[in-house]
Amino acid sequence: MIRARGPDSLLVIVPAFNEEGAIGEVVRSIHEHVPDVPVLVIDDCSADATTALAREAGAEVLALPHHLGLGGCVQAGYKLAYELGFEYVIRVDGDGQHDPRDILRIFDRLQASGCEMVIGSRFAAEGGVRTGAVRGLGIRFFRLVLRPILGKAVLDPTSGFVGVNRRALDVFSRSFPLEYPEIEALVVLQRKRFRFEEVPCKMRRRMAGRSSITALKSLYYIAHVLLGVFVNVLKYDGRLRRAGRDSDGG
Amino acid sequence: MDRLLNVTAIMCVVLLVTVLISLRRAHIRVEYSVSWLLAAVAMLLLSRTRPVLDVAARLLGSPTSAFALLLIAGGLALVMLFRFSVILSHLRDDNIALAQRVAILEYHIRSLGSHEEK
Repeated sequence: MIRARGPDSLLVIVPAFNEEGAIGEVVRSIHEHVPDVPVLVIDDCSADATTALAREAGAEVLALPHHLGLGGCVQAGYKLAYELGFEYVIRVDGDGQHDPRDILRIFDRLQASGCEMVIGSRFAAEGGVRTGAVRGLGIRFFRLVLRPILGKAVLDPTSGFVGVNRRALDVFSRSFPLEYPEIEALVVLQRKRFRFEEVPCKMRRRMAGRSSITALKSLYYIAHVLLGVFVNVLKYDGRLRRAGRDSDGG
Repeated sequence: MDRLLNVTAIMCVVLLVTVLISLRRAHIRVEYSVSWLLAAVAMLLLSRTRPVLDVAARLLGSPTSAFALLLIAGGLALVMLFRFSVILSHLRDDNIALAQRVAILEYHIRSLGSHEEK
């Protein structure tokens, strides 16, 4: 069983769905680069050997009883990490796109900056894999949308290579966007007046399988995330107005 | 017009009977049948009391009573669809929370088992 050890305890979580082609290598690679850090694979009810291969590679596995989607899967990991008392959690995708050598870079920034979230950004680094045209357009679009909402620029809002501290863990274990969570999670953090930073990270090609986001799904993705951001902003404004009224009245 | 009202009344009776049979066979829970029963009774009453339907048509600014009846039926359907969307959303949230809790408890049980084996 994984345990939080010390005041700077770190857990690496790996959400995975049908990733038998990559998960073993991903876990072994994490163990190789951050040997003393426990790895928790959250299996989103895969139909293949993801769970068995993750255990074989030395990871602990949180096996979901049915498919929840990425947000529900990641939140399950956050909940367990919070219950076990971890101070920091870094999410690494199970398809091998994230380079485990960057885990320590994210961890160091989390500790040094005191930020609630640190994002591994493919655009802050030179080299690495470029995104497809549709995804690239989507990323540029969301940069523009998020800039005024977050009050600062974010280069890679769709990055899943993310580290959070315990304050963010507390929030996310109670409330986390269920589908396409990366962008909405930033707005959720902003509502709490939490801070985030980006560090350069290299993204690699998937080791196996295909991305679930096709060109057609990208349109649904944009509409879905825009609505989620809009709803979160409305919630935020409502809270601010209520706080303003309270202070005026009091 | 009379034929439309008769067809509406027959459809409402069929809906009422279907919901009551489903209730008896426990295919639908009482709390979720109330909306259907209320909608069916309301439409049945409207289709059988022409003066009330005429008043409704005037209030809605409808050119004919038949159009008013359709408008009311459509409105009721939208309200019920929205209500069930809200219920579904709550159920999905509960479902996700339960699945996560089951997974976490299973993880703890598995960990305890392996700890005892050692």
